[in-house]
Amino acid sequence: MLRTIAEINERIRKGKVVVVTAEEVIDLAKEKGISKAAEKVDVVTTGTFSPMCSSGVFLNTGHTKPRIKLGGGKVYLNDVPVYTGIAAVDLFLGATALPEDDPRNKFYPGEFNYGGGYVIQELVAGKDIRLVATAYGTDCYPRKKLETLINIKDMNEAILFDVRNAYQNYNVAVNLSDKVRYTYMGVLKPNLGNANYCSAGQLSPLLNDPYYKTIGVGTRIFLGGGIGYVAWHGTQHSPAALRGDNGVPRRGAGTLAVIGDLKQMKSEWLVGTSMLGYGCTLTVGIGVPIPILSEEILRYTMVGDAEILAPIVDYSDAYPQREPDILGEVNYAALKSGHIKVRKKDVPTSSLSSYPKAVEIASVLKQWIEAGDFLLTEPVAPLPGMESGMSTKPLKERPVGE
Amino acid sequence: MNVSRRIVLHFPPNMTGQPVVCRLVKDFGLTFNIIRASVSPGQDGLLVLELSGERKNYDKGIKYLNETGIEIQSLSQDVVRDEAKCTHCGACITICPTGAFVLEPKTRKVLFDHSKCVVCGLCVKACPPRAMILYV
Repeated sequence: MLRTIAEINERIRKGKVVVVTAEEVIDLAKEKGISKAAEKVDVVTTGTFSPMCSSGVFLNTGHTKPRIKLGGGKVYLNDVPVYTGIAAVDLFLGATALPEDDPRNKFYPGEFNYGGGYVIQELVAGKDIRLVATAYGTDCYPRKKLETLINIKDMNEAILFDVRNAYQNYNVAVNLSDKVRYTYMGVLKPNLGNANYCSAGQLSPLLNDPYYKTIGVGTRIFLGGGIGYVAWHGTQHSPAALRGDNGVPRRGAGTLAVIGDLKQMKSEWLVGTSMLGYGCTLTVGIGVPIPILSEEILRYTMVGDAEILAPIVDYSDAYPQREPDILGEVNYAALKSGHIKVRKKDVPTSSLSSYPKAVEIASVLKQWIEAGDFLLTEPVAPLPGMESGMSTKPLKERPVGE
Repeated sequence: MNVSRRIVLHFPPNMTGQPVVCRLVKDFGLTFNIIRASVSPGQDGLLVLELSGERKNYDKGIKYLNETGIEIQSLSQDVVRDEAKCTHCGACITICPTGAFVLEPKTRKVLFDHSKCVVCGLCVKACPPRAMILYV
């Protein structure tokens, strides 16, 4: 072992820490050699900025006078329904929630111009939000109706809690059919008209720590422009996914559940997002610091776009029908070149994940650490690794019977 | 550089007798195509024109029209990017039929070449953070 997290924190406090981004480390290690680079660098910062649907916020509005039990009632924030199946004034607003009068895909493809993701962005921006609620009334919570403006600064708590973010690798989406397909991977033109991908590649957090040797429960991270924590492994965490010789997953694999105080986040890094014909979501900025505890860990962070493979999946048939077929694999260097070959056809590529924003996140996190504003944490529990054998299970339908 | 724009001219009653379009041609070297006209002496008039010419002359022509008291309404739709909303993800790149969005290789930022835009509007709905705005 080269250093401990406690030693890195000591260097942060003394202003002596050496931090580079996951992009910068590639050239640095090539130039200096792996050993020298590992000796020199204390921390490598990563970043990603992508639409992440499993995102949402818990809000505690405070109690009205007389009291109202929103729990079990109906509550809307700017006409977007929120989940009330918890205590009296605790609410959960999900990124993909839509106003009830949104026409959805009735007028195909639906535009989904407003929803939970946008309300979250407006909350973070400090805008007033219109709360409309009806409740059933109890002896201790007599009030049945409420209509008021609310603001994040007046709430007791506003907590971002995303149960699946920062996917370790992802599909490249194409369309083999002769019709335009409107998907969560963007607009896919017919007959292999385009290929959409969604990962920061060499900057993406879990691709730089493929076996979760440093990232675990309790890891302090950049979340939505503020400070957050890894809360758990994310839903659909699949460490047993197919991997290359370098350990890097060649399919969607690990995921993170993350949590943080929404009040200190920024609307620039939590952006309401609309996918034509699909729905509304939230684009989330996440950056994870990787402590260089050993040469091995540095070697993982050196991974470049050319060494990360992603599967090409047909979203007109294979994906919706949950067929396992893929049309091949392609690396992120090829994807970022603007064109890939699929079935001998030259296919132009687009990204849904913003690489310039990922670079910015990794740089901001680097500055925070260098300035002494961000100390690293020791994980309190590891994320399930390959040895857990965990992989995403399908839903096996069973007859309900009588 | 040549420009070609569709404009709507609203004539006040006192202007309908003036050879306005003739002056655009003679004094500023512009060409025009009348799309719709409703001009009667002594009444409010309306003229929908496609006006083309050198940018410099076009601007002078528009200035002249403004000075006459004719109200000009632009009919040319326009697509612009809200720079504060664009996250530079790049979802627009393969959607645009004219290749108006280009990745800057070094920064990987998405450049919008407005001169290539034909205002088809495909990018407006395909943009995830809704940063492309269609002006009608």
